[in-house]
Amino acid sequence: MAPYVELTVGEVNMTDDQRTLGSLGARTAQTLASRAWSFLAPFVGLLVVLSVIQAYHLIWKPDNPFLKTHQLQLIAKQTAIVGVGALGMTVIIVSGGIDLSAGSLIALTSVLLAVLLRREVPACLDDYPRIAAAWQALALDRLPVALAVFFVLLAGAAAGALNGVLITGLRLVPFIVTLGAMLIYRGMAEWLADQKKVMVVGDHVPDWLTTLLDAPTSPWQLVCYGVWIVVLLGILLAAVMRYTVFGRYVFAIGSNEPTARLCGVNVPRMKIAIYALGGVFMALAGIFDFNNLSAQGNPTSGEGLELDMIAAVVIGGGSLSGGRGSILGSIIGALTMTTLRSGCVYAGMSNPVQKLLIGAIIIAAVAIDQGLHRGRKQRHSF
Amino acid sequence: MNEPRFSMSGVAKRFGGTQALADVSLAVNAGEVHALIGENGAGKSTLMKVLAGIHAPDAGAMALDGKTYAPNGPAAARQAGVAMIHQELSLAPHLSVEANILLGRELRRFGVVNAAEHRRLARAALARLGQAELPLDVPVGSLPIAQQQLVEIARALVSEARVMVFDEPTSSLTEDDTRRLFEVIRELRASGMAIVYISHFLEEVAAVSDRYTVLRDGRVASNGDLRDTTLDAIVRAMVGRQLEELFPNAKRQPGDVVLEVKGLSGRESPRDVDFDLCAGEVFGLAGLVGAGRSELVRCLYGLEPIRTGRVRLVRHGQLRGAAGDSIARGVGLVSEDRKSEGLAVGLSIADNLTLSKLSPFSRFGWLNLRARERDVAGWMRRLDCKAWGPRQAVEQLSGGNQQKVAIARLLHQQADVLLLDEPTRGIDIGAKAQVYRLLGELASSGKAIIMVSSYLPELLNVCDRIGVMCRGRLREVRSADAWDAESIMHCATGREIAAPENVGGIN
Repeated sequence: MAPYVELTVGEVNMTDDQRTLGSLGARTAQTLASRAWSFLAPFVGLLVVLSVIQAYHLIWKPDNPFLKTHQLQLIAKQTAIVGVGALGMTVIIVSGGIDLSAGSLIALTSVLLAVLLRREVPACLDDYPRIAAAWQALALDRLPVALAVFFVLLAGAAAGALNGVLITGLRLVPFIVTLGAMLIYRGMAEWLADQKKVMVVGDHVPDWLTTLLDAPTSPWQLVCYGVWIVVLLGILLAAVMRYTVFGRYVFAIGSNEPTARLCGVNVPRMKIAIYALGGVFMALAGIFDFNNLSAQGNPTSGEGLELDMIAAVVIGGGSLSGGRGSILGSIIGALTMTTLRSGCVYAGMSNPVQKLLIGAIIIAAVAIDQGLHRGRKQRHSF
Repeated sequence: MNEPRFSMSGVAKRFGGTQALADVSLAVNAGEVHALIGENGAGKSTLMKVLAGIHAPDAGAMALDGKTYAPNGPAAARQAGVAMIHQELSLAPHLSVEANILLGRELRRFGVVNAAEHRRLARAALARLGQAELPLDVPVGSLPIAQQQLVEIARALVSEARVMVFDEPTSSLTEDDTRRLFEVIRELRASGMAIVYISHFLEEVAAVSDRYTVLRDGRVASNGDLRDTTLDAIVRAMVGRQLEELFPNAKRQPGDVVLEVKGLSGRESPRDVDFDLCAGEVFGLAGLVGAGRSELVRCLYGLEPIRTGRVRLVRHGQLRGAAGDSIARGVGLVSEDRKSEGLAVGLSIADNLTLSKLSPFSRFGWLNLRARERDVAGWMRRLDCKAWGPRQAVEQLSGGNQQKVAIARLLHQQADVLLLDEPTRGIDIGAKAQVYRLLGELASSGKAIIMVSSYLPELLNVCDRIGVMCRGRLREVRSADAWDAESIMHCATGREIAAPENVGGIN
């Protein structure tokens, strides 16, 4: 075996500070480039996906190009439900958590909305006359529409907060708690809906609550109202994440929880608030789902949607270990997923092939992003 | 015995800006227990990690039984017969005693584990340690810590170790268990094992070792036969150091008492601690690793529970034991573990510096990021923190500059009582000097500072008063002038007062 090589020869004995100063300019450039990349990567991904699909159609089906107004409107509309959920999921994931109950919560809230709008005591309470009486006493069977919507959002917040309370109170990992909650909320949805779709008929349901995802009625509307809601909420939430104390705490908890605690952040209370906020967005997704089904609450909808949201967040640059993620990125991520799916359908691929392809692309996208990220980190360290 | 069992010569190792080891030579014979002694950070662990193949040395050579020994990883070192018995045991707690002893050395016959042979080997190894009765099938995690250690030693025996390194093996043992462990070590020595024994407790060292090497600042300060020396000489070798021109020597006049601690006890440590802290003084806490110094400041701050006793700020009343409350009342803590607690290294300097107090920049929860960056840039200038700007991620800074961010956070939150846990750990000498100067300025401006440190020269030269902790208790508090390095070491290792915990009994 060869003896150890003298490695210290020729190494200049610099202090930390000299070293930092020496490469300050180079590092500034690197950091700026790294930031630009984090910001642009999801867009680049989406553009690549769009162009590949378009190229495919131009080459193989020149009479039927993929990119056209109607197709883009459809993609936007199909992104609305996952997109609004992904907003809430982003906050949760940035804080270092996860919410597997999101899909079930969408079903539960959409069913709840349908039940409230039906304006009668739900069938599941037939065997419980006392609760049914309470339902009537609380006027839940004749709520004004706006109040019903408010109730649904509140229920979403409560369900999310419950997740947060269990995570902090029982000191369980979010994965386990929300895995259990996924079944619990699904069960509640099925029970509340009596295992059937809950239909709402009657003229007391206003148009604005059933046509959110309908095709735009005038050309300058561009996309359906639901998509505009996602865009506006996205802008608002991005500002909250960046410009509020709440947002900075979310990043701090996700980046390093002990540091947040050291700095006096009330971590349990923050976590409950984060999951509650997530729940509100899931309830909104539930309301969208109600729209999508033309005023129906479906206890089986939203299955697996939580995974689409997580994929959207991760494709958008979020890290499942917390501390990293962006609202804009997640929306682009959700859009990428829908575009892929829509492109596969448009190209006439079979369902299994679609799944194989999309699965592979998710893994590849995150691997590429991480590889680039790691490469940058190594260049930074010395 | 003509040739040592293993030898290291001229070993050097550098991490970033610090020379962890320089020209260290060490030779241990078969049938010898060799004590490796030194302050925290003197390079003992690094040296042993070189031996165990965890670090490759920058220079120098090692030999095992006369053959060149250059392991390219821990596995290679184990294969060559070098076994480490660590402070934190490296057992798999859910596996059985037998599985742990044979872990990684499983014998296979036709791909199937040879259970009978396993049991025989495990039983034989335990018998050599006088533990023939230890059940082989119980999970290791259910055994008391002393027996777990024996399982670890048995594992080393099964792997035919020729060199064993005990790293602070008694830190979590009772007196009886320690005595039993010493018997085991003596038997291993008699059977021709070469043993390196690392400990802070000098009595233990004297009780079990034959020869010794003292490391200081990564160099050999003294070595020889334990019979030819005194413990006092060893302590002198450990701490005797030329004082660098590092320390500002402005003497201060401490003001009124600002913090009173009475009968404070935590979960395990601290135990029944009383002291007062004055405005304008730096109060040092000395002691060995595990003496309860960090736990004490964390209790004060509210990161660890207080069992009994109270902590009262003269001006702001009793602390409630929650970090947020402490910050609001002007108490701040710099964590000893910069990377995993002190700073969120993935976030920016601005985020880290202001996380504990965002209120100056917020209205109705919305932040004025520009005002925040202006403030942060001001602190960076004041503390001479080298970075391209407030938005740079902390992970890209050097250790010294990271520490400046951590300290600047306390200044930003306007703390009057600063609890600094190893504030100069892992930063280069230039940054250390800056930190010392800053501490002096802060104390002169009337802040009260508690500094936990394992580096005696800095305690002696920066602090006004020093308290020495040992096994959870604050043993003695004196003005810094009334201490010297030797008396602190004696007090911290439990020598001066014949405590019942004292092991070995050689004086």
